[in-house]
Amino acid sequence: MIWIKNDPNFLPLRIRDMFAASPQLEHTYKNGPKMPLFEVMSKDMNMLKDRKKVPVPPISEVSEQTTWMLAVRDQRDRKAFARLYDHFAPRLKGFVMRSGIPAAQAEEVVQDVMLTIWHKAELFDPHRAQVSAWIYQITRNRNIDMIRKERRPVPDELGQEIGTEPDAGQILAVDQEVKQLVQALEALKPTQRDAIEKTYLGELTHQELCTQTGLPLGTIKSRIRLGLEKLRYELKGMR
Amino acid sequence: MSAITHHVPDSLLAAYVSGNLEHHFALVVAAHVSLCLDCRAAMEAHQALGGAVLDTADCAEVSEALRASIFDQLDAPVAATPNFVRSGIFPSPVMEALKGTPPRWKPLGGGIKQSILSADRDGSSRLLYIPSGRAVPQHSHNGLELTLVLQGSFGDDAGRFGVGDLEVADSDVDHQPTADLDAACICLAATDAPLRFNSLVPRLLQPLFRI
Ligand SMILES: [Zn+2]
Repeated sequence: MIWIKNDPNFLPLRIRDMFAASPQLEHTYKNGPKMPLFEVMSKDMNMLKDRKKVPVPPISEVSEQTTWMLAVRDQRDRKAFARLYDHFAPRLKGFVMRSGIPAAQAEEVVQDVMLTIWHKAELFDPHRAQVSAWIYQITRNRNIDMIRKERRPVPDELGQEIGTEPDAGQILAVDQEVKQLVQALEALKPTQRDAIEKTYLGELTHQELCTQTGLPLGTIKSRIRLGLEKLRYELKGMR
Repeated sequence: MSAITHHVPDSLLAAYVSGNLEHHFALVVAAHVSLCLDCRAAMEAHQALGGAVLDTADCAEVSEALRASIFDQLDAPVAATPNFVRSGIFPSPVMEALKGTPPRWKPLGGGIKQSILSADRDGSSRLLYIPSGRAVPQHSHNGLELTLVLQGSFGDDAGRFGVGDLEVADSDVDHQPTADLDAACICLAATDAPLRFNSLVPRLLQPLFRI
């Protein structure tokens, strides 16, 4: 990809490549161009034109975490995994320790979670979740599994169909909703923020926990709903 | 095929996401979410908020050894975890609770049957089979009862419940769910306390059947 990396004219190509590895391009990377470079590109640009439905967002707007996670998921990219590790491991450790787990054990949880991220990367769907949300749920699940020594009940997985066209607009929208949510969280009064942190750290029972967060969860919920509707959903037979 | 009208209350969803919902209830919530896109979206919104809390958490220094240990294990083979998939009317969390086998129905009298999924001091979860037109013996609860319809429908004082609908009944509710006439009703139910039956016979059977 080096040959297009710094050329702003090929920004759309890079974005496209980030979201959907084109077999043709992949072939080019591995084995060197088999056809003149220009032809490879223009062919891909034509494919881009065919997908009129989504305005491709500028790459700089999608969060780094999302691009790293997609590189891990689609290319098994270790450098991207290292970046994810550097970003999340200290936060994860801090988060887990806040729920009262000593430092050494907290590192065990971090290890477990990071390896789960690597091995279960195919379950990450950026149309519905920002990386932090996905990692949060893995962390809580692993925490409970470790305490109970059995797997906690989880809903049916809704897998993406292989080769589904990624919807960059939707991915970006989820990213931005989450950004706003983080800003709203940071703007809360310390007591309110503390209550929310306690809730999501799992310190409160369902009778005690704080659902009147004062945070605008409605908008992100509608956005995730749109992401869900893009999945091939096999419930029809059941209901 | 009708729309789901009775959903998981937000406090239960938040408790489920944060891992604070007792195991038997977590099973019912997971089963409902498997059937309901609205509650799945709401659940994932809670996960987004949990993610925001994680992302703004104070960082703790991690050891170099941890990093090395993780990267060493990336290529190590992982133990395969059993993967349960939805089967017929049972979503995957129910299949997992059944350990992949069909329910083992035990008669409760009056054609009503149950299959206990798990029971411990925190409560119990079970499948209930109610023949069309039959009623579950009238009972109330010491704690909370969640009932999710998987097949058919039933009605009680709180309304009508079809496939995917979740009834949340607390200790104030004294109810007698009656299966509708068109089909037998199969439900997934969980409680955190034994039920209180109003008549003597079910009360005598109670220790025997762990309901
Ligand atoms: Zn619902």
